Amino acid sequence: MSTENDAAPETQPSAHRDNAREDALNEAQGVAKKDVTAPALGVTGMLRWAWTQLTSMRTALMLLLLLAIAAVPGSIFPQRVQDSFAVRTYIEDNPTLGPILDFFQIFDVYSSVWFSAIYILLFISLIGCIVPRTRKHYQQMVSPPPRTPRRLERLPEYGALELEAAGEATSPEQALSDAASMLKKRRYRVDVRRNGDGTGSVGAEKGYLREIGNIVFHVSLVGVLIFVAAGAMFSYRGQKVMIEDEAFVNALVAYDNFYPGTWFQEENLEPFSIRLDSFERAFDRQLFNGEPNPHYGQALDFTADVTVQDGPEAEPEQTELKVNHPLSLGGGAQIYLVGNGYAPVVTVRDGEGEVAFSGPVITRPDDPVYTSMAVVKAPDASPEQLGFVGLFLPTAHDTGDGLAISADPELGNPELHLNSYAGDLGLDEGVPQNVYVLDTEDLTELNTRETEHGAITLALGETHQLPDGLGSIEFEEVQDYIAIDIHYNPGTTYILIFAMTATAGLIASLFLRRRRAWVTVEANEHGRTLVKYGLLARGEDFRLRDENIALRTQFEKAWPVRPPEENNES
Amino acid sequence: MIAAPLSTHLAPINVQLAEYSELFMLISAFIYTLAFILFTVDTVRSSATIRRVEAELSAEQQRERAQRLVGASAPNDAVAPNDAAPPRASDEDLVDDDLAYVGTTRPFANVAVALTAVAAAAHGFAVVARGLAASRWPTANMFEFLTAAALVVSVVYLAGLIRRDLRFLGVFVLGLVVTMMAGATIGFPTPIGHVQPALQSPWIAIHVTLAVLAMAVFTLTFAMNLLQLLQSRRERVLDGAPKGRFERGLATNQFMRLVPSAFSLESWAYRLNAVGFVFWTLGPMITGAIWANESWGRYWGWDPKEVWTFVIWVVYAGYLHARATRGWTGNRAAWLSIIGFICIIINYTVVNMWFPGLHSYAGLPE
Ligand code: HEM
Repeated sequence: MSTENDAAPETQPSAHRDNAREDALNEAQGVAKKDVTAPALGVTGMLRWAWTQLTSMRTALMLLLLLAIAAVPGSIFPQRVQDSFAVRTYIEDNPTLGPILDFFQIFDVYSSVWFSAIYILLFISLIGCIVPRTRKHYQQMVSPPPRTPRRLERLPEYGALELEAAGEATSPEQALSDAASMLKKRRYRVDVRRNGDGTGSVGAEKGYLREIGNIVFHVSLVGVLIFVAAGAMFSYRGQKVMIEDEAFVNALVAYDNFYPGTWFQEENLEPFSIRLDSFERAFDRQLFNGEPNPHYGQALDFTADVTVQDGPEAEPEQTELKVNHPLSLGGGAQIYLVGNGYAPVVTVRDGEGEVAFSGPVITRPDDPVYTSMAVVKAPDASPEQLGFVGLFLPTAHDTGDGLAISADPELGNPELHLNSYAGDLGLDEGVPQNVYVLDTEDLTELNTRETEHGAITLALGETHQLPDGLGSIEFEEVQDYIAIDIHYNPGTTYILIFAMTATAGLIASLFLRRRRAWVTVEANEHGRTLVKYGLLARGEDFRLRDENIALRTQFEKAWPVRPPEENNES
Repeated sequence: MIAAPLSTHLAPINVQLAEYSELFMLISAFIYTLAFILFTVDTVRSSATIRRVEAELSAEQQRERAQRLVGASAPNDAVAPNDAAPPRASDEDLVDDDLAYVGTTRPFANVAVALTAVAAAAHGFAVVARGLAASRWPTANMFEFLTAAALVVSVVYLAGLIRRDLRFLGVFVLGLVVTMMAGATIGFPTPIGHVQPALQSPWIAIHVTLAVLAMAVFTLTFAMNLLQLLQSRRERVLDGAPKGRFERGLATNQFMRLVPSAFSLESWAYRLNAVGFVFWTLGPMITGAIWANESWGRYWGWDPKEVWTFVIWVVYAGYLHARATRGWTGNRAAWLSIIGFICIIINYTVVNMWFPGLHSYAGLPE
């Protein structure tokens, strides 16, 4: 019969509490289940009990499900990381509910205390799970395969063969070493257990890579989390709008918006520069049978020709910046083309004939035909400060009822349609103001559709005189501008590496098979050699039956096997 | 048919091919509908299928009996005495736990399968032609996404049918395919065209294809896990568990006799879910992050789309865990798989249509 061979200790580390796979395995192998005992009294006992609970499979599962549920509100309510303006609007629109939701960090779900608590607990549980599993797996890899179960016929796959009595060739000794070498050839790790009388058993196991894959997967998740966190700490991102011929130097003052990570320091900004030389847009102009196609006028390509200088010593270099093709400058900062639009150049003269404002005005496109919001502020104008709000239309088209719309995104018939205001623009109080918004509440209307003078319509090169001799506005030319994002995140490379190792580990863990096989060899009462074998899978294995068949075929090829009817096992 | 030259680097749209694409899309939708109807007929006529199996069994038994009576000589007594009651087909005669074909004749289902293959061929042509007509990967808008997903669902189903008897899934799969085709052509009809610069990336091919493959696989497992829940209830009733009206109906439902055992459904759903999970990890999660990093400058920004991609991933990870957790194997795990699929449906309907996301491109940052 089989020998008792002391294999790896069958203790149950906390990692395998609640593990249904382990239960199935133990049951099949006839190993008694050792469950975790009730908490011992005392503080350490309680702590150990809590730790066991936290690292159990069931807790991991609960935390995973909780994480999924907790992530959902962030897709329903606006998030500050996404769009802080939308959050402000939401709170203003819902004066009772808004602040309550804000208190519960519903607008900052992914950095909220409760979301963080869930994933930190999950990762503690994960580490508490990986460490003992790794230790246990290491032990299993360096110790012989588990001892041979007493009753192989209780295993999920089982077979028996009776060999013809053919002397040496089918003696139990020979059969035992044959079986061992056949299993070895099938890439099992093999341990032969001989009894004194020539009989004995073989214990074999393969597929250790499955568990290694599982551990690699879980460790990689920890790696991803660490580098997501670290990357965010050292990262920075910022935005800049650049008009044609304007240059940007990577320094804090040059940014329109700047968002540093917690551990960002100003000297981390590598001194590169970038200048916008020209900008081209391409639109769909295909005709179907002489008619515009359904997507006529859709943007197809944006190309910014830029000159970059990667550091003060480097040579200036001309290159292209396109969507989906960021530039990499300054040792890891990425430059993205994220927006573009038109910047009409206007000159505002005040009531005293002095130039109060002159230059390109960045307008914000609102739709695919670049109907763009325009705001002009002339705080230096006197006697009254002047402000203008309205639209820039690249190809203005009169609809007939006095309203003009943009008919095309390209500059076919550029027009400015503006209302003008006079009064205190509120720029002197030091309250930061959005340059794209003019608060007209306290201003005097000069030109609007409601006033007697009507609104201002300016074609290229035209000048409009404001009423009451308060000044004039002239529309000189149109320039292009682009909006770029500058991102620096040192974590991304490592996150990608860990994502790849996680995937490799996952594939190994899901599709490799971990199998145990045992073969016992004994002599029956007829003096013939009786070979029994049994197979057991750790985890899922839908091809165990195939393995049984393959093994049996190999046995039958190697040995003269008596036909089953004549088998006499009892 | 190609008109004015384009002002860009992109090849012009091939209008003729685009028209063929639209025509074949409609033809395939029509044939899918026929296949769905036939699968429904087959389901409704499950008892006829079972009677046919029983008739075959009884004919076989009579032959055997006749052979025993007459000896080795060939019997030609067509009117053998029919003293025994006709046999009742056991579950093994009807379905196999390995989903192998056991010779159950189901003419309606077989025609439905053949129609599905024809429809898939026409559908495949339509999708490829659309891509060729615009010289790009044809998964750039809701219409193209839905039609491509429907194609992959039916191709994956047909591929499964080669080796496995998945006819019991026909109603569910074709029902979904028809829904997607109808949704695409009625809900989101989109004329063929080029795409905005952000979508002109090779990543769209890998990213969306993996997502669609994962969805196709999850669709099959969703149907299997649903049937598993029903089947295990039915099995409990047949084992003598107390029954209400629903269970009585289930126990006598003939279609459920043509469905594999709950155990078999469970393990097949798991095998497929494992594949789907790898696709989801590689597709929406990893290549999605890579592309987002290339296009928007951040690999992950909790856009509603990204939130739901993550939720789905975590739910299926939960499913894989549940199957290894004491007390959670079997039906509870099946529920998680079902919830995962519901999340996918939400992701491609509610989230796409109603939650604002990062998908406009000419605008300025705040
Ligand atoms: C960050 C959260 C986690 C994720 C996303 C995750 C994901 C996964 C996935 C996808 C599998 C399937 C691979 C397989 O079946 O072999 C798996 C398996 C496993 N996980 Fe996790 N896991 C997480 C946390 C944990 C924790 C905290 C534990 C500790 C209790 C744990 C223990 C296990 C075990 C024991 C298996 C193998 C199950 C088996 O025997 O098949 N996991 N995990």
